[in-house]
Amino acid sequence: MATRIGRYTLRLDTSPSVECYAAIGAKKEAEGPLAACFDQLMEDSTLGEQTWEKAESRLQKEIVALALNKGGLSPEEIDCIFAGDLLNQCTSSSYGLRSFGLPLIGVYGACSTMAESLGLAGLFVEGGFARRAMAVTSSHFCSAEKQFRFPLEYGGQRPPTSQWTVTGAGAAVAGPSGGPPYLRAVTFGRVQDMGIKDANNMGAAMAPAAADTLLRYFDDTRTAPEDYDMIFTGDLGQIGSDLLLQLTAPRGIDLAGKHTDCGLLIYDRKKQTEVGAGGSGCGCAATVLCGYLLDQLREGRFQEILFMATGALMSPTIVQQGESIPGVAHLLHLSANPWPKEVVS
Amino acid sequence: MTLFIDCVKAFLVGGCFCAIGQLFIDRTKLTPARILVAYVVIGVVLGALGLYQPLVDFAGAGASVPLCGFGNLLAQGVRRAVEEQGLLGIFTGGLTAAAGGVCAAVFFGLLGALIFRPGDKS
Amino acid sequence: MSMTPQEYQELCNKASPSSKSLVRIPTAFAVGGLICVIGQLLLAFYGSLGVSEEQAPAWVSITLIFLSALLTGLRVYDNIARYAGAGTLVPITGFANAVASPALEFKSEGLVLGLAAKMFVIAGPVIVYGLAASVAYGLLLVLASLL
Repeated sequence: MATRIGRYTLRLDTSPSVECYAAIGAKKEAEGPLAACFDQLMEDSTLGEQTWEKAESRLQKEIVALALNKGGLSPEEIDCIFAGDLLNQCTSSSYGLRSFGLPLIGVYGACSTMAESLGLAGLFVEGGFARRAMAVTSSHFCSAEKQFRFPLEYGGQRPPTSQWTVTGAGAAVAGPSGGPPYLRAVTFGRVQDMGIKDANNMGAAMAPAAADTLLRYFDDTRTAPEDYDMIFTGDLGQIGSDLLLQLTAPRGIDLAGKHTDCGLLIYDRKKQTEVGAGGSGCGCAATVLCGYLLDQLREGRFQEILFMATGALMSPTIVQQGESIPGVAHLLHLSANPWPKEVVS
Repeated sequence: MTLFIDCVKAFLVGGCFCAIGQLFIDRTKLTPARILVAYVVIGVVLGALGLYQPLVDFAGAGASVPLCGFGNLLAQGVRRAVEEQGLLGIFTGGLTAAAGGVCAAVFFGLLGALIFRPGDKS
Repeated sequence: MSMTPQEYQELCNKASPSSKSLVRIPTAFAVGGLICVIGQLLLAFYGSLGVSEEQAPAWVSITLIFLSALLTGLRVYDNIARYAGAGTLVPITGFANAVASPALEFKSEGLVLGLAAKMFVIAGPVIVYGLAASVAYGLLLVLASLL
């Protein structure tokens, strides 16, 4: 059973394994520095579908099939799926996963969905509520633009603070402890709102949530950045990353050299100038985790990492009503080794 | 030669309208839709005050093609309609003057949407 | 967090790069100016066809709107606009693009509730407030004539 450490952190004493995982991207991700890490890169981002919403649903269907295939698992061996996406009513998850015949627990955490869903999946395995539980999320540039911004053919300029929604999906299966990578701890974040109203500056809206969750986690576990190889936030972009460092430094937490961001890893901002401050969307942290980070842990290139996906919980409706944009960040402690016996006994 | 000078005037005046618009996009949090609304309303006001027509006479398309020109058109339309029809002109003038542009935008927008397919931008 | 929203806003402003106005304003000027030159050439063209001075500007607008809707459909307009900014926004072509692009995008939700209903989702306010201002002006004119 999981143990509550401090006020907010849950330690997964049996150290569930992330048994298998997969990442799909599209054209822009194929031009980015992590291209080689994807299991599949879609040349045609419609995936043969007629609409963007259907294309994103198809992404989730494909990623689940791919992850199961990689792990040599059949759908019957999965007890439940935690899934979500950016579209209203979690369209892509409901429609993309309807054909698998598995219990679906829809979650909404905006771009933090990967950490949120994998944390829940790990806890379900830890608690014995599922033998294996899956975490799935996706985002699609075109469906996100259509819902949150402007029509694709509308002639607008993106300010340099804006971020580029990743077209991609990630899926990971949590199962009984068996091999690296291991899921060691989860901290679900508190909603933070520092009054940012600019929908073109999501990094700034999310940075306070990232700082809060990280400080809570270090507090709860009595650890510090030095105890980890690297801390990966997901998708603060350049501005949010700068702000995170500035928010944590006065609290005695120096992240310099220990922190990078999934939104900065996935694209080459110098060459792909249109991406602005970096990547974003549920698919950003999901593909970086499932395509890159989990492999690094499995192969032992990282021993201990913190993966903290951040979400801007923006509703265009209430932002138009004058409200600010709340953010949330969920943290996972992932490791190449299970908890030592003396820690969890 | 007059055509060349007309074009230079159109370029300079039209360019200025756009440069001011860009200044608003870059330096304020105004959304493009708000900037367009502001341009049209300012066009109506300047047209009503009789300040815009001299600019159209000077710069031609340089003043009539930017959206303020559309506002000026509305103002001119209302003025003429009120002179000819009195009270009714308040309601008929604006849309009558703008009819060509609005109808063309609706019709060609419809036609374009029917003919073309939306494409990938990701 | 021991920071007020005002303090955080200041921190954000410092961390956020501003738009490259030194490049963007001249680009907007040049592209917008060019669109107006095309308008001027069209004006001369219609004049040479014998179209009256009264009607020629309307034909110019209709032609520019057609061209803009065409470039929107061909997925070109937004690629120009990415660099031109207000240069493609402020001319009447920007209005046409704002009408044509949602029509195209929301076609997937049907010809009535998608294409047609969403057509003015961006450009509608221009017509609403433009007409409202013209009605206000008309009222003033009528009131002035009564005095």
